[in-house]
Amino acid sequence: MSTESVALPLSGASKLPLVEQLHQWMTTVDHKRLGILYILYALVFLIFGGVEATIMRIQLIRPHNDFVSPQVFNRMFTMHGTTMIFFVAMPILFGFANYFIPLMIGARDMAYPRLNAFSFWMTAFGGLLLYFSFVGGDGLYGAGNAPDVGWFAYAPLTSQTFSRGHSTDFWILSLLISGFGSVGTAINIIATILCMRCRGMTLGKMPLFAWLNLVMAGLVVLAVSPLTAAQLMLLVDRYLGGHFFDTQAGGSAVIWMHFFWIFGHPEVYVLVIPAFAFASEIIPVFSRKAIFGYPVMVAATVCIGFIAMSVWAHHMFTVGMSSAANTFFVLSTMAIAVPTGIKIFNWLATMWGGQIHFKTPMLFCVAFLFQFLIAGLTGVMMSAAPFDWQLGNSYFVIAHFHYVIVGGILFALFGAFYYWFPKMSGRMYRESLGRLHFWLFIIGFHLTFDFMHIPGILGMPRRIYTYEPGRGWDIWNLIVTIGVFFQAAGVLVFLANLLWSRFRGELAGSDPWDAWTLEWSTSSPPPPYNFATIPEVRSRRPLWDLKHPEDPDWQYE
Amino acid sequence: MRRRQTKHSNKAGALLVFLAIFCRAATAGATEPAGAALSPTNIFAPVSTPAQSIFDLSVLVLMVTASIFVVVFSLLAYAAIKFRKRQSEEGSEPVQVYGSTQLELAWTVIPVLIVVVLFLAAARVIASIQNTAHPGTAIEVTVIGHQFWWEYRYPSLGVVTANELHLPVSDPAHPTPTFLTLLSADTDHSFWVPRLAGKTDLIPNHPNSMWVDPHETGLYLGQCAQYCGTQHAKMLLRIYVQTRDEFDRWIQNQRQAAQPGEAVSEGQRIFERTACINCHAVAGTAANGRFGPDLTHLMSRDTLASGAVANTTENLRRWIQNPAVFKPGSKMPSMGLSDPELNAVTQYLETLR
Repeated sequence: MSTESVALPLSGASKLPLVEQLHQWMTTVDHKRLGILYILYALVFLIFGGVEATIMRIQLIRPHNDFVSPQVFNRMFTMHGTTMIFFVAMPILFGFANYFIPLMIGARDMAYPRLNAFSFWMTAFGGLLLYFSFVGGDGLYGAGNAPDVGWFAYAPLTSQTFSRGHSTDFWILSLLISGFGSVGTAINIIATILCMRCRGMTLGKMPLFAWLNLVMAGLVVLAVSPLTAAQLMLLVDRYLGGHFFDTQAGGSAVIWMHFFWIFGHPEVYVLVIPAFAFASEIIPVFSRKAIFGYPVMVAATVCIGFIAMSVWAHHMFTVGMSSAANTFFVLSTMAIAVPTGIKIFNWLATMWGGQIHFKTPMLFCVAFLFQFLIAGLTGVMMSAAPFDWQLGNSYFVIAHFHYVIVGGILFALFGAFYYWFPKMSGRMYRESLGRLHFWLFIIGFHLTFDFMHIPGILGMPRRIYTYEPGRGWDIWNLIVTIGVFFQAAGVLVFLANLLWSRFRGELAGSDPWDAWTLEWSTSSPPPPYNFATIPEVRSRRPLWDLKHPEDPDWQYE
Repeated sequence: MRRRQTKHSNKAGALLVFLAIFCRAATAGATEPAGAALSPTNIFAPVSTPAQSIFDLSVLVLMVTASIFVVVFSLLAYAAIKFRKRQSEEGSEPVQVYGSTQLELAWTVIPVLIVVVLFLAAARVIASIQNTAHPGTAIEVTVIGHQFWWEYRYPSLGVVTANELHLPVSDPAHPTPTFLTLLSADTDHSFWVPRLAGKTDLIPNHPNSMWVDPHETGLYLGQCAQYCGTQHAKMLLRIYVQTRDEFDRWIQNQRQAAQPGEAVSEGQRIFERTACINCHAVAGTAANGRFGPDLTHLMSRDTLASGAVANTTENLRRWIQNPAVFKPGSKMPSMGLSDPELNAVTQYLETLR
């Protein structure tokens, strides 16, 4: 095992002038630095998206509030959705994949380091372009500034007729450009995992983290391409007289919906599969047991990947599809609950009989399990198309998918931050601040998103800047807004913890969690070349084999 | 240890909320006013067959998902408490278990069976709502979504109106359901009156249909459920379900042309000389615009601006003066009328009964 490291000519890098350091970060092709860039970039946008959400929640704190105008509110929900999906969730997950896949499979970098840098900067410029719309979106007409068409931008609201000025163009171009970045990274991840594994690491001996990210990357290639095609078609409609989505000239609004959701639903799995990957690494280590049913976990993931491509129209149960089409999408959507359920049970079985250490990463992962369970069950409710005819486009849906994205993905992500922070920074985080973050955030999360289901059941549609009194929605909206402030406080504690620990935390050492995968065999933070000698593995838990020579895993696998 | 307890009481709290919603849901159908008292747009207070069949399905789905929740949550809570690290275990590792074919087969097959049951139940309701035959006694209404108001046409009865839809009650013994053809003049909209039926979108160049058969008279509320632009929030739905006699009288009245008197001829003149008639129609006069709501029987409506405000003299005057007061982003422009002109137009419109 490559626990030793060699002295580096660049070991004095931190003493370079600031400009030199920045230049190194700007021109880096090192997967670890790019990973950190992705993560920091996403954290900045997380704050933007969070501020937008807070503005919306203040506006909705009571009926007929006039904190912001309808125009501003509509821009806020468009920017919030677009930002959180494309410029927070995807980059942050790509960041972790970038940083840890080479380390976990015993490689020295990604397969295409320069493509990696290119992809990051495309994503980065995409995000900047989206936010530049606040400055440049007025265009020649003076109409609007930030995009206000909703994050799924249904036609024909995006046509020149209904969306004058350039705000929609900024939206189109930013997603187009960041889409190239996403596909580049996905190809890189696939190539890295398929071609760069160290000796002895067959596909069946890869950490689940690598397997899940492989499926995620495959989905990105399949799903982002239709979105890119649709954006190009929309540009043609807007500037070259095309009529793909121009309903006044025989175009079809429904075709846009198909294009968008054949991207949009696999996208959910693009985001949640990496969250599964975090849970699949953290839960075993903090339960002190091997992952339960590795082959079934892999099979379930691949199965989710395939089924994810056939469920998109459950976002369209209300657009007037035939009863046969509706019935098909009910079946495919419900079917995805089976492999997802298998995963939940396998994580439970991993905890069963273990010795569970409730450190901050594990707290977040257990909360992830609990919340993802509820998110899955509300998903099953809406997969029954007639129930969706009532719940679709209501606040129930908003609560459901925030349960997935915040309660599931973000909780797992926070777990991942605390789990791998020692590896990335070389220092431990403050456990007390980690716990404070956890409790603030879980209280805020449940105040906001548990109670958000209720106005949906009581008939409150999404994307309304204000609502009528007397509908029984007032009290729930008040509670939902109060929760936001707990969540914001939690995130501030989290950021403070990261900053403080980065400079003042205790030194972590190479393996603070007594873990089993290869990234813990090298120093913290890892040297630029990762491993002095490329490791060779015989099982899924190479460090377990090393620590327990009397009872190695490869005897059982 | 104390922390762990708080955590579980937190989870228990969430469970309670979940069950509370569920119980409320389950009782709403049985004692109808309870559900409707909670909210006039409660999806669990159905008064029409499509909403009722969805409600019945949702009770099944909620029971199944609640049972799954209780089982899995109990397992998770048990594991988290029972298998937490103890002092005595310091320095040892637990027994390593790599999997179990029997167990994994069990938690594959059982969910498959549950999915089959839920799928069949859902498929049955889809067919019963979507494939219903159209009885000869049905009322036909064409609903046209506009930014940001609703146009209603009764083609066989010769009536055009806006924003407030009137329907006859449908006695289950002699059903008179209403079939709605859903069109859009501009962007996507969605017709959602939770107590009558699920929502169906109005999409330009893509006609849709749906039906309702309200069993009780009353006013049913709803609103546009597909984002359609700036004033999506104030595109409210008001459905007046009346006895057959009342409905027939209403139709009779709506078919009359306007009969403005001499006293308001000044207001009528201003109305017809400014741009009002580019968008608004008043049957029997020169006004025949179609971009905005038909005003022939404006005073028969309870509200203005698609349900945004009550139809009072003061509100009507302020609305004509500057629509942005009630509905910023509304497509109706402010005409810059002087006070006397404004009074005259308001008086004229108030005669359109």
